[in-house]
Amino acid sequence: MLLCWLRYGGEIMGPTSFLFPNEVHITWTVMIVLYPYITGMVAGAFIVSSFYHVFGMKQLKPIARFALVSSLAFLLFATVPLLNHLGKADRALNIILTPNFTSAMSGFGYIYMAYMVIVILEVWFSYRSDFIKKYHNAKGTVKFIYKILILWNDNDNDNTKKYDHKMIIFLGGLGIPVACVLHGYVGFLFGSIKANLWWSTPLMFIIFIFSAIVSGLAVLLWLYIFVHWLRKTKVNQESVDLMSKWLWGFMIIAVTLELMEILSISYERTEKWEILSKLIFGELRWSYLYLQIGLFSIGSFLILSLTSLFKMKTQYKNFLIWLSSGMLLLQVLLMRWNVVIGGQLVSKSLRGFTGYFPGLFEKEGILVGLIILIVPFILLRYFDKLFPFFDSQKISETK
Amino acid sequence: MEDINRKKFIQLCMYTSAGLFAGYFFGFSKNEVDVTNLSFENLEKFDWGYVIDTTRCIGCGACVRACKVENEVKDTYFRTWVERYEINGKEVVRVDSPNGALSSFSHDNFDSDIVKAFFVPKICNHCYNSACTQVCPVGASYHSPDKVVLIDKDHCVGCGYCVQACPYACRYIDHEVGTADKCTLCYHRIHQGLEPACVDACPREVRIFGKYVRFCMNADSEF
Repeated sequence: MLLCWLRYGGEIMGPTSFLFPNEVHITWTVMIVLYPYITGMVAGAFIVSSFYHVFGMKQLKPIARFALVSSLAFLLFATVPLLNHLGKADRALNIILTPNFTSAMSGFGYIYMAYMVIVILEVWFSYRSDFIKKYHNAKGTVKFIYKILILWNDNDNDNTKKYDHKMIIFLGGLGIPVACVLHGYVGFLFGSIKANLWWSTPLMFIIFIFSAIVSGLAVLLWLYIFVHWLRKTKVNQESVDLMSKWLWGFMIIAVTLELMEILSISYERTEKWEILSKLIFGELRWSYLYLQIGLFSIGSFLILSLTSLFKMKTQYKNFLIWLSSGMLLLQVLLMRWNVVIGGQLVSKSLRGFTGYFPGLFEKEGILVGLIILIVPFILLRYFDKLFPFFDSQKISETK
Repeated sequence: MEDINRKKFIQLCMYTSAGLFAGYFFGFSKNEVDVTNLSFENLEKFDWGYVIDTTRCIGCGACVRACKVENEVKDTYFRTWVERYEINGKEVVRVDSPNGALSSFSHDNFDSDIVKAFFVPKICNHCYNSACTQVCPVGASYHSPDKVVLIDKDHCVGCGYCVQACPYACRYIDHEVGTADKCTLCYHRIHQGLEPACVDACPREVRIFGKYVRFCMNADSEF
């Protein structure tokens, strides 16, 4: 009913369709879809790790380190789609060297670097004791690598552990606002472009922050359950239950905010609704209405409602949580697509739409996009050897 | 005064007229600024004017072709273009600009009930508080001292943020070069005392270009 009202409430444009000649080209491609998607997972995963490290939520202890290292793995690849997109990637450092501070984008290098330093330091303090133990047990080249990692200092006693813990709390606390800024700022980049009706809203950066938390929680839950299924080990049910409930809550907030924004535009009946209604019910009908909102938002909401409100067999429950996490990962990816690409489909003349679909083997095409998206997961697999995420002993105890 | 006879009076009047004429001419020519020799400080006080008289445009596309040739603008990109507006009896507007009007317009009119039709040539507005220069993260988009919005292509990173910010779709990323591109008002020409290529090519004097003060006087007298 709401959809019908939104559709027929707005005035329908005439049969005209016009683009300014330069609008035939889409400037921001699938690479710019991936960039906020990856930074969203970075910020979301870090916030989850901070729930344990800063706020002391012990239910999240089994997943806290995993969240932190995941954040680092994704962070290392966050700039790759941007560099691939830049027309002059060799001049990328100009953003740091000659920033134009009237531009929101000029802050990118500094925010990214600050966040990188915080995450690397927090990972280092979290794993310092483990590195020292491995240093003592290792031989040859590996021992030398660990010697570098511990910075030639193998002091590991109660005092150093207390200091490490203090630093982790401090860095985690500092990291939460920086993570929000990192991703909120991406939303701000879009929301502050008044020339684009689909983007221009002060709510954009809040929507981005909440969707980041959703994607962070979803990717952690999805990986956590998947890895334990693969290794045939038992998950910590308390952690999974708590995270799935949070995922449920945060996805409700994120989707509600997004829908409220559209409801507000449609209710105002300004001239922008005339073209945006055609965008939503025409160009983005499949990617936005049917898939992002219909299947992946409402679908995962219903599944998470089942797992959160009703009792069921743990095996089924975990499968449903894993399924809904995967669905929410796709929901957030589609949200990024619909924001980034959807906004560019609308002509600035407000008289028509352009079209876009990435090619398979282009420089900024599907294949390159998939590689950029998959590589952080492969890196995470190898990070497990350097920074073991899960305490296998405790898992075997719970068996 | 008693010594002045009729002949002397006429002589005095002629000298005075000649003096006034010479003075006026001298004064007028002093206002004519030679931009090619202006210092940077004087250039900052300087401003260009550009008016498009849509009532005179016939949509021939000569301006678009001249711009393409002068600035080596690649296919499917446009620094200037012409739009055709047709309004029928039901007040429905149809707008088109096939290939930016590079080859003018065909006669595929909207319908036979057209009550009004006109052409609108488009170009970068060189806004004073331009969104494109505000959002450029590296300061490659900038205002020249004489207030023309330009791009330093040796510094541009090709992020495309300016393209998104321009409300008139006057910018684009030249994918062959990898940097942003737009109308420069033919900066290389106007600083040699020439007019922009599009102005020069227009057969109907639709595009009027000049120094801001003088230009305003002309515009006032014309409209």
